[in-house]
Amino acid sequence: MTEISSRAAIAEVQDDARAAVVSLYQKHQKIYARAVSGWFAGWRWGLVWFTQLLFYGLPWLEWNSRQAVLFDLPARRFYIFGLVLYPQDFIYLTGILVISAYALFLFTAVAGRLWCGYACPQTVYTEIYMWVERVIEGDRPKRMKRDAGPWTMDRTWRAVAKQAAWIAIGLWTGFTFVGYFTPIQQLAASAASFGLGPWEWFWVLFYGFATYGNAGYMREQVCKYMCPYARFQSAMFDKDTMIISYDAERGEPRGTRGRKTDLKAANLGHCIDCELCVQVCPTGIDIRKGLQYECIGCAACIDVCNGVMDKMNYPRGLVRYVTQNGLAQHWSRAEMLRHVLRPRVLIYTGVLVVIVAAMAVSLVLRTPFKVDIVRDRGAMARIVDDGHIENVYRLQIMNATEQPQRFRLEPMGLPQASLEVRGDLNVGPAESRWVPIAVKLPPESAAALGPGTHPLRVRIQRLESEPGAAPREVVEKTTFMVPR
Amino acid sequence: MSDFVSSGWALFVAATTIVSLVACIVLLVIASRRKVMADDNSTGHTWDVDLRELNNPLPRWWVWLYVITVVFSAIYLVLYPGLGTNAGTLKWSSQGQFEAEQARATEAMKPVYAKFAAMPADQLAKDSQAMGIGERLFINNCSQCHGSDGRGSKGFPNLSDNDWLWGGSLDDIKKSIVEGRNGVMPPMGAAVGSADDVRNVAHYVLSLSGSAHDSVSAQLGKEKFGACAACHGPDGKGNQALGAPNLTDKTWLHGWGEKAIAEMINNGKNNLMPGQARLLTPEQVHVLAAYVLNMSQAPKVASN
Repeated sequence: MTEISSRAAIAEVQDDARAAVVSLYQKHQKIYARAVSGWFAGWRWGLVWFTQLLFYGLPWLEWNSRQAVLFDLPARRFYIFGLVLYPQDFIYLTGILVISAYALFLFTAVAGRLWCGYACPQTVYTEIYMWVERVIEGDRPKRMKRDAGPWTMDRTWRAVAKQAAWIAIGLWTGFTFVGYFTPIQQLAASAASFGLGPWEWFWVLFYGFATYGNAGYMREQVCKYMCPYARFQSAMFDKDTMIISYDAERGEPRGTRGRKTDLKAANLGHCIDCELCVQVCPTGIDIRKGLQYECIGCAACIDVCNGVMDKMNYPRGLVRYVTQNGLAQHWSRAEMLRHVLRPRVLIYTGVLVVIVAAMAVSLVLRTPFKVDIVRDRGAMARIVDDGHIENVYRLQIMNATEQPQRFRLEPMGLPQASLEVRGDLNVGPAESRWVPIAVKLPPESAAALGPGTHPLRVRIQRLESEPGAAPREVVEKTTFMVPR
Repeated sequence: MSDFVSSGWALFVAATTIVSLVACIVLLVIASRRKVMADDNSTGHTWDVDLRELNNPLPRWWVWLYVITVVFSAIYLVLYPGLGTNAGTLKWSSQGQFEAEQARATEAMKPVYAKFAAMPADQLAKDSQAMGIGERLFINNCSQCHGSDGRGSKGFPNLSDNDWLWGGSLDDIKKSIVEGRNGVMPPMGAAVGSADDVRNVAHYVLSLSGSAHDSVSAQLGKEKFGACAACHGPDGKGNQALGAPNLTDKTWLHGWGEKAIAEMINNGKNNLMPGQARLLTPEQVHVLAAYVLNMSQAPKVASN
């Protein structure tokens, strides 16, 4: 609310008897989400297992007698299975982020907040923490009853047990997170003796606390107030997006009834107003009020409503994935699916395919080493051996493999130039090294070029250890200076 | 902390900061309770015919985050500089932090350098860690003039050719690094004689190293070389105590050929290597000198 608008509002309602003073800040209403099972809950649990086995398991894998996935920040080497990445490879991270963004656009345009409902870490960890809560403290009615009552022995030990389990999961998550940056087996050994370094302690505790706080307490508050996604979902949806909707035409008028009640005679729709869809909702909304920004698309209401429909012997799908157009025009599922292939979906798919292909090609064709040539700045050129002109450079050579590499250098673009390496060109596994090199030009060539700066290219060729393998080379640009 | 022209500005900044902090809390208190239309949960005002504003409250924990940021600022301003010229109770400064970090790093490197300090040059040359440190010290402190490969340039001596102006022992090199060197060649034109005499001496100097020269001029120049012998020696082999170069080799620090030599005789030269004592510790100098010495003795790597 802006200052001006609220002032105007006050002025207008000052004498109005209906006006009341209310707090503009809302007290947090705890949500007791009821347990749900069904087709979509099964999908969510499948993704919980998949993502968490990946997250908790990956750092323990071995590859080439080292950790398979390790981001070694102090050494600035990033190992992902066979790949050895340098900070210079940051473009791949950009690529992954762009791919993620387009995948998000695509999935959202097709079927709403699939990411939020099934795979987002906030959802996944909340699911795990809610499961722990349910196992220890029981389902919604028991929890509500106990929380409303006094602190009995029963309530206390359950609260303590829940906290202990939550903290343990949080710490394990923090430990795993740090295990991506510090070899996890050493980390486990030092953690066992409480011998972690200060930064390791900080990140284990910080990440653990973030997990505990977000999944245990913040939950839907993160989605509603922190995550920007809820706020721009309306730009991602259109009338052909499959979103979770309540079929009001079929459901209304809602009301309680017996299983044998004649709907026509009683003037009732299919909604029995049991409120189960509200009770299972992790963000505490009523899906029957239509699309709301709080809805994270978890489909818990679909699962629970289908169960109710089955018991009542009504057809399933009073709450279902449906497009706005489909709902309004009574399209069949096939008709709605036909509208999936609309321009925005095709464009998202096209861009996604192009970026994924470009990234794959770039990774396959990636040269297994990187070079940089930096010319000496202080001494531009020197005269040696009766008039030969020499320029000195530092060649940085980075081995992006885990085998030693040898190189051959060759100057290009200047006639009769010769190149001398004044250091060791045998570069060890994942090693980066600076080597001085000198390019020399005989006096007559230098005279023919004339004084000034001339473009020079250096071909850096990797010598193959095994015969028959294609040599890989990089041509690096620099300059050669002839003094006046 | 003398960025302000008068202390009034410091007070102004401090007052503004404190008033702003207090205002943040006052704003929160004023804005936290408002009369709104309670029955339809809107502010009761209608814009553009049918646009109404709903009361859509922020969660209360968000308010606590706001309060925490204000409290944080207050604590920060007590501990760190921020209120005008007030230095804060921790007396923190970026320079102080830099110096503390440098002291810590020096402390951490002490055992490494202590090990090296006890080693003679030939042992250091075989120690890859010492040579690695030496190379980095060289690149950071020496390569600007002497080049990344240490081979110098016109006016900057080549350190890799084992031809030393001031002596090539480890101690000589250390002295060069720590104190610097000032090579002075006075203008000798008048002492040598006429312009022809200077030309003849130049040819004689060329003949000393077996470079291309006019032998008649060189014969004539030999008599006049006496003026040069005081420093360069009667045989032209130079004098390391004075930094007088050896003229009988093919090292031409300031250019070769008749013209360059004649110019040198006429105008002299004052060539300065600045001392590095301020930038390097004695232990670093020890390792660096060993690296330079090793550079002049290492077998040349074959070109490929």
